This record gives sequence, C-alpha cells and structure tokens, in this order.
Amino acid sequence: MKKTYKIEVDCANCANLVEEAASKVAGVKELSISFMTQKMKITFEEDADIDRVIADIAKTARKIEPDFEIKD
Amino acid sequence: MLLRIIVAIVLTIALQIVGVAGLPRLGLYLIVYLIIGYDILWKALQGIFYGRVFDENFLMAVATVGAFALAIYEKSGDYLEAIAVMLFYQIGEFFQSYAVGKSRRDIAALMDIRPDYANIERDGKIVKVDPDDVEVGQTIILMPGEKVPIDGVVEAGDSSLDTSALTGESIPREVGRGDEVVSGSINISGLLKVRTTKEFGESAVSRILELVEDAASRKSKSESFISRFARVYTPAVCYGALAVAILPPLFMILFCGSPFDFATFETWVYRALVFLVISCPCALVVSIPLSFFAGIGGASREGILVKGGNVLETLSKVKRVVFDKTGTLTEGVFQVNAYHDPSDHDLKESKARLLEYAAMAESSSTHPIAKSLLRAYGRKVDRSRISDLHEISGHGVIAVIDGMRIAVGNEKLMVDQGVEPCHCHTAGTIVHLSIDGRYAGHIVLGDVVKPTSAAAITDLRRSGVDRTVMLTGDAPAVAEQVATRLGIDEVYSRLLPADKVARLEEIMGAPGNGMTAYVGDGINDAPVLSRADLGIAMGALGSDAAIEAADVVLMDDDPSKIGKAIRISRKCLRIVWENIIMAIGIKGVCLILSVFGIVNMWLAIFADVGVMILAVLNAIRAMRVKRS
Repeated sequence: MKKTYKIEVDCANCANLVEEAASKVAGVKELSISFMTQKMKITFEEDADIDRVIADIAKTARKIEPDFEIKD
Repeated sequence: MLLRIIVAIVLTIALQIVGVAGLPRLGLYLIVYLIIGYDILWKALQGIFYGRVFDENFLMAVATVGAFALAIYEKSGDYLEAIAVMLFYQIGEFFQSYAVGKSRRDIAALMDIRPDYANIERDGKIVKVDPDDVEVGQTIILMPGEKVPIDGVVEAGDSSLDTSALTGESIPREVGRGDEVVSGSINISGLLKVRTTKEFGESAVSRILELVEDAASRKSKSESFISRFARVYTPAVCYGALAVAILPPLFMILFCGSPFDFATFETWVYRALVFLVISCPCALVVSIPLSFFAGIGGASREGILVKGGNVLETLSKVKRVVFDKTGTLTEGVFQVNAYHDPSDHDLKESKARLLEYAAMAESSSTHPIAKSLLRAYGRKVDRSRISDLHEISGHGVIAVIDGMRIAVGNEKLMVDQGVEPCHCHTAGTIVHLSIDGRYAGHIVLGDVVKPTSAAAITDLRRSGVDRTVMLTGDAPAVAEQVATRLGIDEVYSRLLPADKVARLEEIMGAPGNGMTAYVGDGINDAPVLSRADLGIAMGALGSDAAIEAADVVLMDDDPSKIGKAIRISRKCLRIVWENIIMAIGIKGVCLILSVFGIVNMWLAIFADVGVMILAVLNAIRAMRVKRS
C-alpha cells in the first residue's frame, strides 16, 4: 500500500531528520520526504492501520520540527 | 515574519537614537530580542526537551543568549550584538525560505502539465468533469487553448497541438481525424473531438508526472553525503565551540599564571559564540538538493526526464555510450532504396509493376516491411485482383494475382519455390519476387537514419564520450553502413536480445573509468536498459516496460538530446561541488579566524547567511539550460 501526502516542512535539514525518524514508525515499510516537492511518500506494511500510522508520524515529526504539517 | 523583522529593525534603530540607560535599557532590548527571536528560543527549548540539541535553533539560541549574558556581565550595555545576530539570522532564514520556495514553485511550474478537467458532452451540453471519471472510448471535447487531459484519437476537427511541455519541441504538430493526441499537449487553434484510448491514470501525462515526482525522492550520493555530514558536523562544531571557550583560558591559567576568574574566560566565550554562528550548515543542506531539483526541472523542460539526483550524478560520468540501431539512431521505418532486375541491375520502367505485385501480395500482412512496401506503393490495393493468398511466417507471402502465381519474400522462400534468387550486393533488407516460378527481381529496403543522429554522435564526442558502440540484430552490411555514416566506433550485428546484454556487459567490464549508458527505444531491449549503468529510453511514451527499466526517458525520438542531458548533468554537478567547496571553504576559514578573534559577530553572520544566499542563487542556475 503506497500513498503520497502533501506536507509542509520549512527547512531541508529538518526534512532529512524527519525522514529518518518517521521511517522508524511502526507500520511504515518505506518512507521518503522530498523537501523540494513538499511531498511524503509512504509504503505501509500490509496490516497497518493507516490513520494511526499517519498520526504517529505526525507526532514524531513535530518533536523534530514543530512546524511540520501533513495535509490531506 | 516580514512584519516582525521590520518592527525589530525600527525598534532597534529607535533604541540607538533615544538611548536609555540601566535596567530599562536591558528591558527594552530584551523586548526587541524576544520579538525577533521568540520562535527560535522556543524551538531550541523544545529541542532540548525532546533530547535533540545541536540544531540551528540551538546554535542561534546559545549564541545570542550568550552574547546577552556577556553584555550584562560586562555592564557594557552593548546588547545590540545579540539582537543583530538574531535579526540577521531571521532575515537570512526569511530570504532562504522565499528563494527556495520561489525556485521550487518555478521548477514545479515547468513540470506542471497536469490537466484539471475534461470536457464531455452530456444531453447536448458541454460539461467539465474530473479527468479521472472519463472512461476509455468516451468522447471528449477540446477547445482551443485547453490541455489535452487524456490520450486519444481525433474523431473530428483539425487543429495544431503544442507538445513543448512534453517533448521540448517548439514546432506545433498538425492533427486531424484519425491522428493520435497525447495528453499534456495544448490544443492551439481548432475545436477537436477526441475519443479516449486510455484511462487518465494510464495516460502519458499521469505517467510523466508520477515519474518526475518520484525523481525528487531518489536521493543522490552527494545529497545523502551532506545529510550524513550534517549529522556529524553539528555536534562536532558544538563541542569545538565548547573547547574554544574552555581550553585556551584553562591553558593560560595553568601555564601563564592568569587569574582564575571570568575575565580570562570572557574573550574566549565570545569567540566560541562567534564560532557557533559561523558553523551553521544550512548553506549545504539547502543548496544541494535544490541544485539537483533545479537540474531535473531544467532537463524536463527540454523533454528529458531524469529519474533522480542519483541518475544525474551517473549521467555526468558517462564515458561510453552504446546504441541500439533500429528506432534509436534510425527511424525504424523502412524506405525503398532500389529496385533490381534478376541480374542485379537497376530497374527503370518495370519497377512500378514489381512494387505493385509486392504491395498487393503483402497487403494483408502487418509486418513492418509489408507496411513500408504498402506506403511506397501509396495507392489502395484492389483486392478483387487477388484470388488466393497465404503467408508463410518467417519467409514471405505466396499469392495469386491477376491469375499469376506471385511469391514475395526472402531468399529461403525463393529456394523453397525452386527459384534461384540473385545475391544482391546493396546493403539493406532485400525482398525477392518470383512470378509463375520465374525470378523477377528484388526490392532493396533501407531503414532511414534520423536526421539528427550524426550530429548527436559528434556532439557526444565533444562532450567527452570516448567510445560509441552500436548493437543491432540486423545484417552486418546494413549495420556497417549506418555506423560509418554516423561515425560510430564499433558495431556488433546479428545480435539477439540476450546477446545484447552480454555485449553490453563486456563493454562495461572494459578497463577505464566512466559509466556506460545504453540508449534504446525500449522495444524488446528492456533487459539491456536495466543492466546498463544508465539506461536511456527513447520516445518511450508508448512503452511502460521502457519507462520502468530506464533511468532517463527522452520524450521525443531525438538522439541529440543525449549530449544535452550529459551537459545538463555536468553543469548541475559542477554547481553542487562549487557550493560544497565554497561553503565549507569560507566557513572553514572563518572558523579558524574566529578562534584567533579576527572575526567578530558581524562577519560571522555574513559567513552563515551570506554563504547560504550565494549557494541558493548558484543552485538555481542549474535550472537554466542553454537552447541550441
């Protein structure tokens, strides 16, 4: 299950750090953040509860970059 | 943000003019400081709270709070420095997010070919619908000026299409009934009714967008190098600053007899703060992905889709280019080059008759050669003249035309028919004919070399490619002829697809530096494309396998785009290295100077913000591509 989300992240370094941390969230198989296109691509694990995983990612990300935002 | 910056500047200047002393002075300066820097302080606090110190916010917070503390301790009342540092940092950040945001939007706009709607006719009225809801086979209507949302075939109307967003080709393409239209192109002049042949998700435009968006997430080696670098660098400079603050004064106390009080530490603490301000790694971290993104954007405007920063890096190191022949260097469409009689001389009067029989016999075949013969014939085949017809796969066709038994095909067919064919000496694909068991002559077909192929090879050589190779399944004579005409170094002919992989591996394994690129049209050479260091697929809008397997996709069939792609990648990489060297160089020098107290806070801010601005401006250059 692959999905792309629009995100808001202000600095390139933060995007790198968030990517690293968010990749380790349970239920995420693969995750990449593109600062340039402001997009986050996630491949979920088979049985992952997507809404929960997204909420977890948002929480993890805000610890690193308080301005981080996931749209739609 | 802009408002905060302006308010802070105005207040700072006001405080300079009015001049308050003592505690109120400190209070007023603190207010200005908080106006400009509260978010940085807050983020730094949060960082500490989450156990993640050592980021830019932390650096700035420590440096400015430190400067304030020093000013208070010294009772100098010189709070200006702390505010100035914060102010410049914020201006820099503001400029950076503006510049990065703007170039991001510019580049994204280059690639923005996504259609928002499709017009369909419903109950006699034209309605706009989401392109996703249009089914295959439905008719859509295109007004002048509108983007083609879905791939299809023109049912009615004439117009010209601007395909520049897709192929970089600036000359409009004329279309009429029966012509294919590709999504993403723009309808310029007339109203068109188009019957869709694909779903939106499968249409060219969606596939291209997906490819380009994925490109940005494939990181290059230099990008991952920089993010790893930043992870080590920031803590390293923090400890470095700590060392600057503590070690020299300790040394002086222990060995030079300086008194153990704060005065000894003072200058060194200040220098450590300067050191911190300089050290911020933003310039590198921002400019490098931006350079790659700009390079990818610039290339896609030229109709060159690059699948990622890593690909751009490989592309810049290409030294050997291996070509497929048919469809890559040649059009893949055959043309009649000569008509020969049984004794291999040029036919004059009766060549029309020869072509007519050949075309009629091949009229029901779908083989490319049959199609080319029919195109050369140019008239409608009168099927009533053909009474019996059967195709022998791999050999040719036997038909009864006007009561005569005609055999059209290769040498094997002739031999099977008991006819002795003549061995033609002209390079090309030979089609033999026999009439009522007697050899009648042959037609020589040649593949047309693309007009830009020769120039493309010369161009590659100029760009530093030192070995060009052509691989083909064709006969040696044809292959040699094409290679000589184009100036290609080596030719391997009569290869099956599997042989091509083996040849390619041999070339890749040859001694010498540099990467090997394989250029093909993606038809039956997908394995070769994926095996090469860099696979370049041509005119691949039609072939999913090629888009999947290739690293670079040329949207039109022009081989001269290869040299251009290499130049774009080299320019991009050069900019990346310029930025790395400039940023690390200036910062390195300033860091060393700061230890000796030569650099003050003001210069430190330039080293940080100034370098970053220069690096961002330099990065944006990667987007510009010379038109030639």
